[in-house]
Amino acid sequence: MADLLLVEAVNDALHVEMERDAAVMVIGEDVGRLGGVFRATAGLQDRFGADRCVDTPLAEAGILGAAVGLCMAGWRPVCEMQYDAFSYPSLDQLINHVGRYRWRTRGKMSFPLVVRMPYGGGVRAPELHDDSPETYYVHTPGVKVAIPSTPADAKGLLAAAIRDPDPVVVLEPKLIYRTARGDVPEGEHVVPLGEARVARVGSDATLVAYGAMVPVAERAADALVGEASCEVLDLRTLKPLDESALLASAAKTGRVVVVQEAPRTCGYGAEVAAVLAEKAIFDLRGPVVRVTGYDVPYPYWQIEDAYMPSVERVADAVRRLLHL
Amino acid sequence: MSQVLPAEGGLRRVIGDGQALLDGEVDLTPEQHLDLYRGLVLLRTYDERSLVYHRQGRVGTYAIFWNHEAMQAGSAFALESRDWIFPSYRESAIGLLRGMPASTVLSWWRGHPAGWWNPEDYNVASICVPIGTHVPHAVGFAWGSRLKREDRVAIAYFGDGATSEGSFHEGATFAGVLKAPVILFCNNNQWAISTPVAAQTAAPTLADKAIGYGMPGVRVDGADVLAVYEATREAVARARTGEGPTFVEAVTYRTAPHATADDPSIYIDEERVEEEKENECVGRYERYLLRMGVLTDLEAEEVKQEALELMRTAIAEAETEAPADVSLVFEHALADPPASFADDLLELRRILGG
Repeated sequence: MADLLLVEAVNDALHVEMERDAAVMVIGEDVGRLGGVFRATAGLQDRFGADRCVDTPLAEAGILGAAVGLCMAGWRPVCEMQYDAFSYPSLDQLINHVGRYRWRTRGKMSFPLVVRMPYGGGVRAPELHDDSPETYYVHTPGVKVAIPSTPADAKGLLAAAIRDPDPVVVLEPKLIYRTARGDVPEGEHVVPLGEARVARVGSDATLVAYGAMVPVAERAADALVGEASCEVLDLRTLKPLDESALLASAAKTGRVVVVQEAPRTCGYGAEVAAVLAEKAIFDLRGPVVRVTGYDVPYPYWQIEDAYMPSVERVADAVRRLLHL
Repeated sequence: MSQVLPAEGGLRRVIGDGQALLDGEVDLTPEQHLDLYRGLVLLRTYDERSLVYHRQGRVGTYAIFWNHEAMQAGSAFALESRDWIFPSYRESAIGLLRGMPASTVLSWWRGHPAGWWNPEDYNVASICVPIGTHVPHAVGFAWGSRLKREDRVAIAYFGDGATSEGSFHEGATFAGVLKAPVILFCNNNQWAISTPVAAQTAAPTLADKAIGYGMPGVRVDGADVLAVYEATREAVARARTGEGPTFVEAVTYRTAPHATADDPSIYIDEERVEEEKENECVGRYERYLLRMGVLTDLEAEEVKQEALELMRTAIAEAETEAPADVSLVFEHALADPPASFADDLLELRRILGG
């Protein structure tokens, strides 16, 4: 075991996977010489050469489009999008091609590419360095989506993504890149996609979260000690969703609060609520409550904390559910 | 230090008019000329029959490529079979030049799954419908092949309108920087549905854009199959020797509707269309070959009859494909489909009563 920060675990995964498989390459803006603006790719170019860790032109659709062609030439490209919102130009390629090309070849060709990016708010940054864009990715057929909340999962989910035969988007919570620290298995470490993690066992309510909202949910559970026993379910993979873990926890507690920092309408929490409504309605003792960002552009950073789901908002949602 | 020259102004030409305009020559054997001619006729026949089939309700909406055959066949003839083709919908039938059955392409336009091929079978990528978005694919493929020390070049086909797209710009930028062995082949038929090329760009020519990407820009008469062949052959040679990408602008004039659903009479210059039809690419090459004594009228007729027969067989094959099973709705989206797909299919079958 190594004691690593979350961003160091990402870096570790890239080193291990590039060592394991010579077809894995990293491409993106500033990923080579600089090692990425968050240093997630530090050391890769020195270790594996400029052909396998490539500084590309500043063009996100070009990066992802080239990655499609690289797959056709036998590579397994890992594309870094420098920030969440900087990935939007690449949605052109993601929606038009990345999620469809396997189908277009009737399954004959695979597109084992990874898109990884730091995402999320709370970092006191300029506009469009704070978004939580997971829904755009989740809503695209043919694409899987994972979001780690711990260093060990950051390594294991990225390794799983790199090994997966299909395109996977991995969103890394930049808010906790350098605050989440923990044990990470050394060498090869894979966390299978599609398996949620019970971060905390409880019996009165389930807090469903992912990424940077997992620590918020955990702190809310702490704050509620004595009032309610909260289970925290870290989804880890948004697509495919681990439905059985979600349904099992809902059946146990009968109360579910979903936390997401993305805007509310049609956000991932809505999907969680819909699954529970369809498959667990008789297990529930009250409505599924969402604690989310608001349907507004991500705000000025001096007041961004008012936008982000907080421990207080999550605890308040649980109390409302308990006192129905 | 390599040097990039400004794009060429005039159009390269080889084929003359049998009168004042003299014929040039290219380094092809008579057999190669006949192969190229067969390819042209095959594409022409495919296109003309497809329009008929569409009118008969046997294929769906269809993007006509009449008078684009020289651009497609001439450039593809300059490639080796290991080189990859990235077509747009305007080049839907270009796989025929690589041995793809015509029934496959007809099935694509009929919306039947038999029309979706494995690109590795022909080294022809899937038909790209959104404009210009396959340019980065060709660039990535060519770059990735070079990184693997594999001698494969790629060619991406797109129209004049595509040069306004961000994807074209990003792909061309990558191609230049990465010295990708790729040919960016623009079939400039001067119309993007109803929008003329003058409304796409203020650049004097599309080939002028090439210098901005650090690659040569070549202009060629797109209805002159031999000029297209030569220009592409030069571009392929550059790519193979590590000199990087080339932008080829092949200029013609769209003589047919954009697609079967289009009505160009609202916007197009009919006189210019008639003029272009007089000088269309298959006839031009045929007359050239007759003048050169490489082809006889009898042989030309045989080639056309063969192509017609091939299309008769192909449409019959496409029409006798077994109906697609609804399970194909769920297949191939993912290598490892989620359990929900099986549930959805089961429910669908129950409701459909299958």
